[in-house]
Amino acid sequence: MSNGAEFMRRELMIRFVRAFDKDNMADELDQIAVQLRPKTGNSSRCCVYHDRAVIKYRLMALLGISSEEEKDETKKLSEYFSELKIDPEENNKRAAQPLTVCSAGCSGCPESRYIVTGNCRGCFARPCQYNCPVGAISVFDQVSRIDYSKCIKCGKCAAVCPFNAIIKTTVPCEEACPVKAIKKNENGTAEIDFDKCIFCGKCFNACPFSAIMERSALFPVMTHLKDGVKMIAMVAPAAATQFPGTIEQLFTAISKLGFDNIMEVALGAELTTQNEAKEFKERMDKGEKLMTTSCCPSYIEFVNKHLPAFKKFVSDTPTPMAFAARLVKEKYPDVKTVFIGPCISKRVEASRTPEVDYVLNFEELGAMLAGRNIDVISQKPWQLPRPAIATARNFAKSCGVTQAVLTELMGANSDFKLKTKFMDGIDKKSLTMLKLYASGKIPVNFLEVMACKGGCVNGPSSLTKK
Amino acid sequence: MEKITLEICCGTTCYMLGAAPLLKMESLIPKEWKEDVDVSAVPCLGECLSNKLCNAPYVRINGKIMEKATVEKILDSIQKIIKEKQ
Repeated sequence: MSNGAEFMRRELMIRFVRAFDKDNMADELDQIAVQLRPKTGNSSRCCVYHDRAVIKYRLMALLGISSEEEKDETKKLSEYFSELKIDPEENNKRAAQPLTVCSAGCSGCPESRYIVTGNCRGCFARPCQYNCPVGAISVFDQVSRIDYSKCIKCGKCAAVCPFNAIIKTTVPCEEACPVKAIKKNENGTAEIDFDKCIFCGKCFNACPFSAIMERSALFPVMTHLKDGVKMIAMVAPAAATQFPGTIEQLFTAISKLGFDNIMEVALGAELTTQNEAKEFKERMDKGEKLMTTSCCPSYIEFVNKHLPAFKKFVSDTPTPMAFAARLVKEKYPDVKTVFIGPCISKRVEASRTPEVDYVLNFEELGAMLAGRNIDVISQKPWQLPRPAIATARNFAKSCGVTQAVLTELMGANSDFKLKTKFMDGIDKKSLTMLKLYASGKIPVNFLEVMACKGGCVNGPSSLTKK
Repeated sequence: MEKITLEICCGTTCYMLGAAPLLKMESLIPKEWKEDVDVSAVPCLGECLSNKLCNAPYVRINGKIMEKATVEKILDSIQKIIKEKQ
């Protein structure tokens, strides 16, 4: 376990699944907060009452309801629950905006700035003062002081201090966001600007108060399964390393949740590879200079919202998820498809892909298995009709797509000149980098972009991310 | 000396709530104790079925359940058993 915020999130998810399996889920929901934080127990925040308030919003998110939707603060979870309907249109609306900020949980971290700590010895050399380009530092009473009306937050003072006495305070969510989509609102708590957000989930993982939450699809998926609706689980390649045991054992475990059939999304990745290689060759034959991958939905959001001029370089080939869902719906048009992966923005992609009905992440899958007490390592292996090829299963790792396309092209045309580059994670410098690639100054014709460093295996909801 | 048995719960609840790093326990036991400890990953020990999810992950050392297990806690406990036996 890497931190307490993660623990709380997962524990609550497991409890949510267990509550669902009882006859009186509505009442159970109202009771969870008190059960988890009894008045005589420990609290994670100032007191158990604050914890309980936050738990309520977390449970709302697990029902798929965002904190921003709240109109009446006195409304109980059981009331929200009784109003819930399973409606594809409503579900798509939720999936299109999968993040929500719990303002009760947000600590409202003070604005990022440089501060002089008690380590300052008021030295004779005073490199902070001499190196400040705007003259913001002066020394009173043998201690350096920063004049914030002048400070430009360049950090030179911190870099030159021989005592490491100057440090930068940060706002973790703002620091993590690559596109300046998260800011404080007038109440001093974080707010996401969805016109800028690319749903990469970096804020979700960075917030030490776990105030940024995902709107879950657990409720509709579990309801359908309970009602006996035919559903097919489409499992992302990144699943291979998520649980103890083999991928075949995991598939058997998933089938025990009530899914009618399980499909490897890597089979879709095979089609993505073939089509992307063909498209790349056609584009190069036409004299185009650059093509980039299209399978990372956060990258697609990034281009659409922040560099629309770059769209022409992005491959038109559908993603492995889209291909996999097409394969399923061609064969079984009436089943519901559920993509299971490590990603937040796949929810957004699914909301625009008619063949994909729901998206669950690995934490939600783990919670369903844990809630029903299904162990992966105790399962018999699932009989795959045909295992996907290795390069397709490797899509979830850094450079996996490039390798697959490269192998495909080499088979077809051995003298093809592929000059590849890989953008390993989208960060604050990525916009500049993409502009540089677009200018043609860097010799590259095939660019793979993944919003998460290390690829999908390190996605925001991965259970094994580094 | 009879070997110390260390059973790490691999049930999905424990795995989700912190057992994942414990699965590497075998390689984290100091060389000099290696002969004395028998490490195994076992299916759900059943502890999480009570309402005490928040005490996961669980391990069992010589038949005794340890709550909220961490690598440090496990090593401490093994050391204690070895000392008692000597």
